[in-house]
Amino acid sequence: MSKAHNSVPDHAEAAAKFLQDQERANWHDKALWFNRQKRDVSANLIPDWELLRETASQIKDNVLANLDEYLVQFEQNALQNGIHVHWAADAAEHNEIVLQIIQEHGVGKLVKSKSMLTEECHLNEFLATQGIDIIDTDLGERIVQLAKEPPSHIVLPSIHKRKEEVGELFHQHLGTEKGASDPAYLTEAARVHLREKFLTADIAITGVNFAIAETGGFVVCTNEGNADMGVHLAKVHIACMGIEKIIPKAEHLGVFLRLLARSATGQPITTYSSHFHRPRAGQEMHLVLVDNGRSAHLGRKDFYNSLKCIRCGACINTCPVYRRSGGHSYHYAISGPIGAILAPNRDMREYADLPFASTLCGSCSNVCPVKIDIHNQLYQWRQVLAAEDYVPKTKKDGIQVMAKVLSSPTLYRVAGKSGRLMMRLLPGLANNKALNPWARQREMPQPPKETFRDWYKKNRPKDE
Amino acid sequence: MSSREKILQQVKANKPPMSPLPTQTTFASIPPEERLTAFIKSNENAGGIVCLVPDVAIIGNYLKVNFTSPERILNTVQGVGFGLEADAPITDGRAFGNLEIAVVESLLGVAENGAAWVTEDNLPTRVLPFICEHLALVIHADNIVGTMHEAYAALNVAATGYGTFIAGPSRTADIEQSLVIGAHGPKRMHVFIVQPF
Repeated sequence: MSKAHNSVPDHAEAAAKFLQDQERANWHDKALWFNRQKRDVSANLIPDWELLRETASQIKDNVLANLDEYLVQFEQNALQNGIHVHWAADAAEHNEIVLQIIQEHGVGKLVKSKSMLTEECHLNEFLATQGIDIIDTDLGERIVQLAKEPPSHIVLPSIHKRKEEVGELFHQHLGTEKGASDPAYLTEAARVHLREKFLTADIAITGVNFAIAETGGFVVCTNEGNADMGVHLAKVHIACMGIEKIIPKAEHLGVFLRLLARSATGQPITTYSSHFHRPRAGQEMHLVLVDNGRSAHLGRKDFYNSLKCIRCGACINTCPVYRRSGGHSYHYAISGPIGAILAPNRDMREYADLPFASTLCGSCSNVCPVKIDIHNQLYQWRQVLAAEDYVPKTKKDGIQVMAKVLSSPTLYRVAGKSGRLMMRLLPGLANNKALNPWARQREMPQPPKETFRDWYKKNRPKDE
Repeated sequence: MSSREKILQQVKANKPPMSPLPTQTTFASIPPEERLTAFIKSNENAGGIVCLVPDVAIIGNYLKVNFTSPERILNTVQGVGFGLEADAPITDGRAFGNLEIAVVESLLGVAENGAAWVTEDNLPTRVLPFICEHLALVIHADNIVGTMHEAYAALNVAATGYGTFIAGPSRTADIEQSLVIGAHGPKRMHVFIVQPF
């Protein structure tokens, strides 16, 4: 009996739904590819690009091989800097820690800049159950928050939304003019709306891009300036990070900051790269180190190096499957190829469909700034998921039959012959979109009159 | 066992085999004579307006001509001579909620990306370069390095409680990938590069 899940969202099904709106799907595809192209232009301007990738990869390998030591070193230095350091074994503990800090300060108003970790831990939803509202301040995140949706992309959270939809949301929630959809007008409205939130916030939560073991400080990158606006005005700063975000030395930031924005959007650097080492006078600074499955993930020989990820989104922008299926079809906080190899570490049953949401073309691995072998891991996850019986029976049976046929020359010839005969006699069967999922987006080819093998038998030189 | 011990123990048990830090530490840079031009180009690409000035006092003249009223400006750079001055640290940044222009010194610029390093040592309050509508940075041409590697070699980031690289006015493209300048931070940015003739 297969352990495959029948009730959870399935990527292929969700993708089919996304593709029903052809115009939107085409727009989405082009918008993401545009980002990929900007990345290429930017990368090609750096003569050392490949050396940078290799260096970044080696630094991250070193981090993972010494993670316990770097974590202790970081903690020690951060404490000396006057930062409160917390450790959370899982999402629930992370959320409890944040809640406790909030309650110690009498709740008050909260703003949050982008943090994929808090998405992974479902912090907003948890705080809502405690009656606490939190305002996402990144424009894209605010848009999806108002729409009551999760982000569909780690760098471009609202890339699935058209400007008319944003206009309608802002009309309802921010009182912009009905029907207005000009991005500059809508952005200005969000600026005014969120400026008031910044000026009245008591607590600001941020993610962390890099934490430096050697100095006990951390770096947060944004283009909008929302992380800085939040934390510099609030009395309390809570920064949340996965334990893999550590880097050994400040000089390594040179390597990572050169790669991050170029890989993400093609910018040579984000507008703001802010380095926090000590709270400002009168401010309280907290840092939550979160495991949530990472230490177990570290022990998976074929998969641990996905923990090198710096969350640039380059693999997502380039992925032909992501571009034509949308981020929500991955039903995980992190979408696209990187999400598809991270998610099964969390829950094989829930995310068994994701490693199959790929053509294995390898474009993701080619653009990855820290050289994660993403497409290999997608392939290897398929083996693990099948061995552990998390693959639906139809897929498993089909692949087993195919394996048998392809490994036996006799069976292959018989199958080929009968297949061609069937396609000639009953072409409707192969083209039936209900029976043959392969034919859903494709026309089946005309069967050839003879195979190469038959032709060769007839035509080979006689003296052979 | 605390979560801290539990996490550290499991990381230690599961961590992959030893892998040394890379030894190669030199990367191609921009030749010194091209850095100023490269910085200007990168910063303009990021949406900045760059002005070359022979001395700091010229900045004051420029501001006077363009912005007339000194009340619109908070100046933190010695010698500019125009605008209000903050003589003591300011604990509550909200005081600047309606500030139009802030003049701030940057101690280091990076040619490859147009970013300028600003620390709290040069600010009356950390939020100043974010909360103003229009940021004017002042940087000396001699302090422009080629790449981020050189920047980190020249800086001690832990020497200050807070420091940031700023590359242009704030921006977003979160609505249909349309670039809009002026998200939550400044809507405009000037960079005055001081280069004695």
